[in-house]
Amino acid sequence: MEFLLVQALSGLASAASLFLVASGLSIIFGVMRIVNFAHGAFYMLGAYVAFTLTDRFAGPLGFWGGVLVASLVVAAVGALMEMVLLRRIYHAPELFQLLATFGVTLMVEDLVVLIWGSEDLMGPRAPGFTGAVSVFGRLVPSYDFLLIALGPLVLGLLWLLFHRTRWGVLVRAATQDREMVASLGVNQKWLFTSVFALGVFLAAFGGALQIPRTTVSHAMDLSIIVEVFVVVVIGGLGSVTGAFVAAILVSELNAFGILILPQISMITVFLVMAVVLVVRPYGLFGKPEGAPRAAAGISIRPWRPMTNLERSGVAAVVVVVALMPLFAGDYTLSVGSEILVYVLFAASLHFLMTVGGLSSFGHAAYFGLGAYGAALLVKYFGAPMEAALVIGPVLGLVGAVLFGWFCVRLSGVYFAMLTLAFAQITWSVAFQWVEVTGGDNGILGIWPSSWASTPQGFFWLALAIVVVCVAALRMLVFSPFGFGLRAARDSALRSEAIGINGKSTQWIAFIVAGTFAGIAGALFAFLKGSVFPETLGIPTSVDGLVMVLLGGIETVSGAVVGAVVYKALAIWLMSKTELSKLVLGGVIVLLVVAFPKGIVGFLEDLRHRRPKAPGGAGSEGAVDVAKVEAAR
Amino acid sequence: MSALLQVNGLVKSYAGVHAVRGVSFSLNGGEILALIGPNGAGKSTCFNMLNGQIRPNAGSIKLAGEEIVGLPPRTVWRRGVGRTFQITATFSSMTVRENVQVALLSFHKRLRSALGYAGAAFLDEANKLLALVGMEAQAGRPCGELAYGDLKRLELAIALANAPRLLLMDEPTAGMAPKERVELMRLTAAIAREKGIGVLFTEHDMDVVFEHADTVMVLNRGELVARGTPQEVRRDPHVQAIYLGEGLLYDARHREESAQ
Amino acid sequence: MKKTMGIALAAVLLASTAAKAQQGEIKVGEINSYSALPAFTDPYRKGMELALKEINDAGGINGKKLVIISKDDAGKPAEALTAANELISKDGVVMIAGGFLSNVGLALSDFAKQKKVMYLAAEPLTDAIVWSKGNPYTFRLRTSNYMQAAMLAEEAAKLPAKRWATIAPNYEYGQSFVAVFKDLLKKKRPDVEFVAEQWPPLNKIDAGPVLQAIDAAKPDAILNATFAGDLVKLVREGNTRGVFKDRAVVSYLTGEPEYLDPLKGETPEGWIVTGYPWYSIDTPEHKAFLDAYQQLNKDYPRLGSIVGYSTVKSIAAALKATDDHSTEGLLKAMKNLKVSTPFGDIVYRAADHQSTLGAYVGKTALKDGKGVMVDVVFKKGPDYLPSEEEAAKMRPAE
Repeated sequence: MEFLLVQALSGLASAASLFLVASGLSIIFGVMRIVNFAHGAFYMLGAYVAFTLTDRFAGPLGFWGGVLVASLVVAAVGALMEMVLLRRIYHAPELFQLLATFGVTLMVEDLVVLIWGSEDLMGPRAPGFTGAVSVFGRLVPSYDFLLIALGPLVLGLLWLLFHRTRWGVLVRAATQDREMVASLGVNQKWLFTSVFALGVFLAAFGGALQIPRTTVSHAMDLSIIVEVFVVVVIGGLGSVTGAFVAAILVSELNAFGILILPQISMITVFLVMAVVLVVRPYGLFGKPEGAPRAAAGISIRPWRPMTNLERSGVAAVVVVVALMPLFAGDYTLSVGSEILVYVLFAASLHFLMTVGGLSSFGHAAYFGLGAYGAALLVKYFGAPMEAALVIGPVLGLVGAVLFGWFCVRLSGVYFAMLTLAFAQITWSVAFQWVEVTGGDNGILGIWPSSWASTPQGFFWLALAIVVVCVAALRMLVFSPFGFGLRAARDSALRSEAIGINGKSTQWIAFIVAGTFAGIAGALFAFLKGSVFPETLGIPTSVDGLVMVLLGGIETVSGAVVGAVVYKALAIWLMSKTELSKLVLGGVIVLLVVAFPKGIVGFLEDLRHRRPKAPGGAGSEGAVDVAKVEAAR
Repeated sequence: MSALLQVNGLVKSYAGVHAVRGVSFSLNGGEILALIGPNGAGKSTCFNMLNGQIRPNAGSIKLAGEEIVGLPPRTVWRRGVGRTFQITATFSSMTVRENVQVALLSFHKRLRSALGYAGAAFLDEANKLLALVGMEAQAGRPCGELAYGDLKRLELAIALANAPRLLLMDEPTAGMAPKERVELMRLTAAIAREKGIGVLFTEHDMDVVFEHADTVMVLNRGELVARGTPQEVRRDPHVQAIYLGEGLLYDARHREESAQ
Repeated sequence: MKKTMGIALAAVLLASTAAKAQQGEIKVGEINSYSALPAFTDPYRKGMELALKEINDAGGINGKKLVIISKDDAGKPAEALTAANELISKDGVVMIAGGFLSNVGLALSDFAKQKKVMYLAAEPLTDAIVWSKGNPYTFRLRTSNYMQAAMLAEEAAKLPAKRWATIAPNYEYGQSFVAVFKDLLKKKRPDVEFVAEQWPPLNKIDAGPVLQAIDAAKPDAILNATFAGDLVKLVREGNTRGVFKDRAVVSYLTGEPEYLDPLKGETPEGWIVTGYPWYSIDTPEHKAFLDAYQQLNKDYPRLGSIVGYSTVKSIAAALKATDDHSTEGLLKAMKNLKVSTPFGDIVYRAADHQSTLGAYVGKTALKDGKGVMVDVVFKKGPDYLPSEEEAAKMRPAE
């Protein structure tokens, strides 16, 4: 009994750290609707800066002052990022901010190594909190009690800030209705900057407080960012109280879960999130999303099938690519095959995101399932490549049927996070089920049949499959099904009122996207000759998102271009420099600012700018009305 | 012959507040019925219950004798109920014609098809519907850049795509110029009479109501307080009391015009 | 826009190691997790550079200059394969080497088998790479999981402790290490029992609850296989909570400077660890290495430096042993190849392709506010490996 109490205390201390970081994210999320991927990076920066300060200035004042100053410094950096980068892209489609902050995260990961060196750094312990307190004869670190007290304290302070200050009231009003606050004459820009700075401050503070517990390293951000997102979603977007409760729930379940099943901590948070979202689609304390910005569909240029000229152009490009094996070297061809695989993966995600309006954060699950499906067939049934390529993706399809059924019941960020939860659960199965999947050592020896084993042969195989699949996806966009899907995305109200079952339409789209991702995954398995759990991992999902956003979310086939550009750049940089993250992150940030509609979106704008739309100023007003309509 | 639409004892309350309390009425094919009442009287709630968007707490809604309470909007639509919305709901990423084509594809149960170019499907029918509402010239325009009045007409075309027996129109002329209002309602009336469609509409503009409705019902605080021909309702002292209290009945038009 | 990008790229690419093909060069490809695990790979690279300098200063490989082309794998098997492909198809290397993570090593090993190139695995610890998933094209330098588990189990068996608890990161490295340790300890001491196990995810240990759970099982001794940030958390929490008090702790890899040094003044005393006490090894071969390393780098070596240095020395030895630098020729040369390393002479066993590199076992202690290894014993590799006949049986049929 006493033991359980002490265990609960330990859980509470973990919860406090989690809550501090999560509260900041929740505030940014709730007020600004920004998926701030860089939150983990600010957490890490908080720890690094605090390390430098506390290492230099000893004593209680040095330590606590250092923690506080570090948090303020990082908050200032955050505010700067908001002003320089995010302000430029508020009008870009939703999730574009995710892309920008993802670029910043990549840069920070390399920058901290350049600044602070590669070694893990251990900071001082908190003066006055180095010892332990005896609870029922067991020692509990006094620092744990400090953290446990800090959680509710910060919660209370935030409550006061939001309910008892003019600033807080304005922020809450802005959360409800931005136009109204703007019409009150409040400078929304600064309101947003201050909110962002507050959120970053909390992240950095959470990071700085970790110094007495662990080492500071360049991978700190990854260890927390996803968990924090999950906590925010479990609690309900924008609800600080929700984040508090969720942090406790997750930490306590983990603390007690490991007593029964020590392996559980790998996926505790994701299991909790999946259960919570299935039962309560808006998280524990969340309200139905008021006016989620549409991920796509705010474009006012309706899509058209390609003209004959355009079709010939694409056919010419395909022919040139198909001729590549005649002159390109082996390495170029294997890189080409890899890019082709990602083209299909990105195109499948793009179909779901752009046509279906459903932004998945866990699309790698179906890519990976397809890869594992093919690999398991080869390993256990000795299937030849041809059969594995056909049957392997079925596993992706099955996964999409199962998970999609739950996911399409949600929308917006909640949908995204449930897809993430399922992807992580799938990942942990691949990771843990060592007897079947080989765990993290993966499945080896998945090589292509002899006719496709040369780089040339495999390139042609990949090209044929990818061209057929991408063409099929594009046909689907313009098919009656694609129209119905877009209808469900554009207006749930109207589509339901003309007999369209939105959920089942979206479910089918989810399955289609999952199956095509599975095909890409099966190809990937044979390209690499092996499959590892990382195929299903979050980085793969993020890669897919980046490709789609980079290409342009409002275009029909932007993902193809996005995938080619991103993957080619990533592979080239990996080969040329160890600072590939820094350069890649920088390039992403530049692209985001230069092309807020994605590369293809930008090119389309360029093409349509010349013939000025008839109607001129008169029709502008109508556009605005329509936009307001769409936003509702 | 039983009525096209027979509503009995419809009740809806939100958290103890009664929005609609026991509304009953009937509507025949070809009849144009206006539902009026001050803001907050429960008109929109009534509408949303009729097409299945909101589930009533009690009551029955029979369409040509068949119970439709509890069916989702998409099923109600399949039974032959078209509707337009107070705030237009159209597919902003498509052209005007494509909006109608989607409705036609849905009506003909072709939306599960993965083959063929949907933009070429039911072209003639879509053009006919657009011509019917006077939108043929704008068929190729992106829906997102239409003027508000045109969106309303597009909605009517979409609502007619399933050859409905009953048309629900929630403030069909709001936001339109006076001349457009008359045109739209005249058009609606002509279509309804020709095809025997029953029309139920709500409206703030009393000129539109009294000019085009066969029958007028007045809803106040969730209850029907009057029903009759426009003349009867106009003379009803109870109705006058409700509206005069707000100074609305005859000033409505001027108010809206000055607001424009 | 394009211009700024170009400048940014050029600035970074100055550090690039790409080398132009030249006559009189022998090119070897090398892949490691430079961006993902710099704490290990920085010293590793320094060790490689030292060996490379020594070899080329001494005339290279029979007069030809040895060139090593290094690529980053970002800690991902798929990226490692892309890099390997580039090295072989584009750069025309005669063999590949490197790797830190076990799954990256296994991916490269399978790739080597498919493409029929030789791969020398530097650091990957997994036993599978030479045994259950071994293949003719792959050799491994580093003292394996099995060998170090056997060394630690030998010491653990001498302890009076009967009730053991284990903490290891939840992936193959941790799982297989714990399994081998349990197995070997039970063979020597049938009276011991394992009363608790904890499997925190790598880099995400929730140390408080984990240690409470261990403490509650009241073990006499604890086996730990966590490292880096997880280890620091574990040590700090455990020290504060008194979980390690009056308990023996056997801890894998903890004596390596990479992991011991960050603990500074909080290094727990008396833990039995494997590691690299560079400050107290006085063999001539190590002294020579240490002097040369410190002269070149103004820093002391880590275990990664030994691995990097010995990898390049092994490559050079194989290339010198034969004029036939085809894969077949190299594979033949690697079998029973003798190489001098700072840890003494090693042999790449013909039967299972494992090197006989040994390891240092000792106890942790505090000296001048820093963690060190004391009572150090060097355990010779061959003593902790199954015989070649037994090992050959564990490999898949060729």
